[in-house]
Amino acid sequence: MEYVLIFITAIFVNNVVFSQFLGICPFLGVSKKVETATGMGAAVAFVLTLATIVTYVIQKFVLDAFNLGYLQTIAFILVIAALVQLVEIILKKVSPALYQALGVFLPLITTNCCILGVAILVIQKDYDLLTGVVYAFSTALGFALALILFAGIREQLSLVKVPKGMEGMSIALVTAGLLAMAFMGFSGVDKGLAAAFGL
Amino acid sequence: MNNLKVLLNGIVKENPTFVLLLGMCPTLGTTSSAINGMSMGLATMAVLICSNFVISCIKSLVPDMVRIPSYIVVIASLVTILQMVMQAYVPDLYATLGLFIPLIVVNCIILGRAEAFAAKNGPVPSIFDGIGIGLGFTIALTLLGGVRELLGTGKLFNVTLYSEDYGMLLFVLAPGAFIALGYLIAIVNKLRKA
Amino acid sequence: MVIVLTVISVIAGGVLAYVNKITAGPIEQIKAETLNNALKSVLNAEQMPTVTATDTIDEWTIVYSTDNGTAVQAATDGFGGKLKVLVGFTADGAISGYSVLEHAETPGLGAKAGEWFQEGGKGCIVGKKPAEKELTVSKDGGDVDAITASTITSRAFLQAVNKAYKAYTGASIDGVGSATPQAAAEQKKCCGKCQGESGECKGDCQHDGTCKEGTCKGDGACRKEACGGEGSSEACARQANLND
Repeated sequence: MEYVLIFITAIFVNNVVFSQFLGICPFLGVSKKVETATGMGAAVAFVLTLATIVTYVIQKFVLDAFNLGYLQTIAFILVIAALVQLVEIILKKVSPALYQALGVFLPLITTNCCILGVAILVIQKDYDLLTGVVYAFSTALGFALALILFAGIREQLSLVKVPKGMEGMSIALVTAGLLAMAFMGFSGVDKGLAAAFGL
Repeated sequence: MNNLKVLLNGIVKENPTFVLLLGMCPTLGTTSSAINGMSMGLATMAVLICSNFVISCIKSLVPDMVRIPSYIVVIASLVTILQMVMQAYVPDLYATLGLFIPLIVVNCIILGRAEAFAAKNGPVPSIFDGIGIGLGFTIALTLLGGVRELLGTGKLFNVTLYSEDYGMLLFVLAPGAFIALGYLIAIVNKLRKA
Repeated sequence: MVIVLTVISVIAGGVLAYVNKITAGPIEQIKAETLNNALKSVLNAEQMPTVTATDTIDEWTIVYSTDNGTAVQAATDGFGGKLKVLVGFTADGAISGYSVLEHAETPGLGAKAGEWFQEGGKGCIVGKKPAEKELTVSKDGGDVDAITASTITSRAFLQAVNKAYKAYTGASIDGVGSATPQAAAEQKKCCGKCQGESGECKGDCQHDGTCKEGTCKGDGACRKEACGGEGSSEACARQANLND
């Protein structure tokens, strides 16, 4: 039940984009079409889950073991960069179809701050590995949900007349604000669920 | 004279927030007040100046193949140093900015300027580029923070201008960040065309 | 090319190790200072209080005994996450001050807890004695005004303060977390609805088996608002019987 709670909280209540402001660059950058948004969402879900496992292992068995906590940032970002490269190479060889779908997004992911952010948060929140993985995967789903919703709205938005000064990023940001407001409606849901589950 | 041009370029023509739309996460995440926005801008500026300088110095030593990883190592080290120094000497600020300090590493502005400017220019112009872009970022964040603080709580830099009861709380909360930035970009676009 | 990357990483690692060594001292010092400052403010002390003993009850609850009085750190789940407070108590059990150490409440709403309940604030709790009446918001029948539009945060905050008080009384009666057999024996003594691994009585009962003032009922269990505060449960029981 605890995992269900983390799952729902990470997707809706503390949505990574709308309430934690992580991963805004790809959120604004690759949200012009639902198709690309879905691809990006899937790529992030894949890499984020993988990266969380690897960084967790590195933290517990290398950094903590040798008292090298101060190397956290540098170690994590290198691991993530290397992992993204590795995933790209493996996907190319193993599943060309999947590579074609996700390939273009992979290089962009290294600088997606929600990957590094979540990896650090899992350590800060002192989760165990399984909880951390559930948290990372749910966060990525929350990211994908936000991205796809936003892309859907932007597709429609491109068909309507927008006041001249507001065209482009300006109206997109105001739209994102309205979406964030909608997601605020979920706040407190986690507490209700926790009470319902008796946690 | 040339250096001055580089400096102004970063603040006005290539303003990272309003024109290039880079580094959006800290822009939205840390601007709940003018002071927070300004602190984040200055922290990023410090890293940017140092990283531009270091990368411009080592650019000829680094082979092209490992260029990006080397830059990332340099930037991550500088961010970690900043993190430790802030933790030791300004702990309150460090607590407020929280996660966004280590996340300076993945701020596209830093790596972007390393690639676009520092890797092609000498150390001195690189420093000026760092100051210019850093100032542009700081000004943008302070402005956004100021607008949100004023509309949301009736204060500016913690000085009460009108009663908090008339504030629009929305602007301090998450949606207000998006909306305020959206309108600021529209205004800046208008001003730039004029 | 690999060599260059290795050299850069090694240099970076070395520099970081060096900076880490320099800043480790000040970071520790700042942490201690922050705690001392919080202790000083919640205890209304004129000088820096010296911590004479700390008693860690669980991960979140710590009792600090100082030469200026006792302060307790306690935490509950707020609206956004853990709400951690430090509460100072005077010798007669009144709240001398509090400080919010950590919170994730909504900015502009629940985050106001830092000032709202202070002296001069609208929901002032300073000077109140949780022993006389458990602190609750007026919506729940208490006498503390909740933060406007933040009832959940206010409830969580008062709950944390009450928790701190319980830890405080526990600490000053017989030192919570004493030997387990004794604790088990005490657990039996608690009337009705108590629990707690270390033997503390939750709810309204006390270690000696009696109910706190004004909280007893005929059947020996403690209930709120059951009788006029004559004190011991026997007196209340008599009264309750008469009423029946």
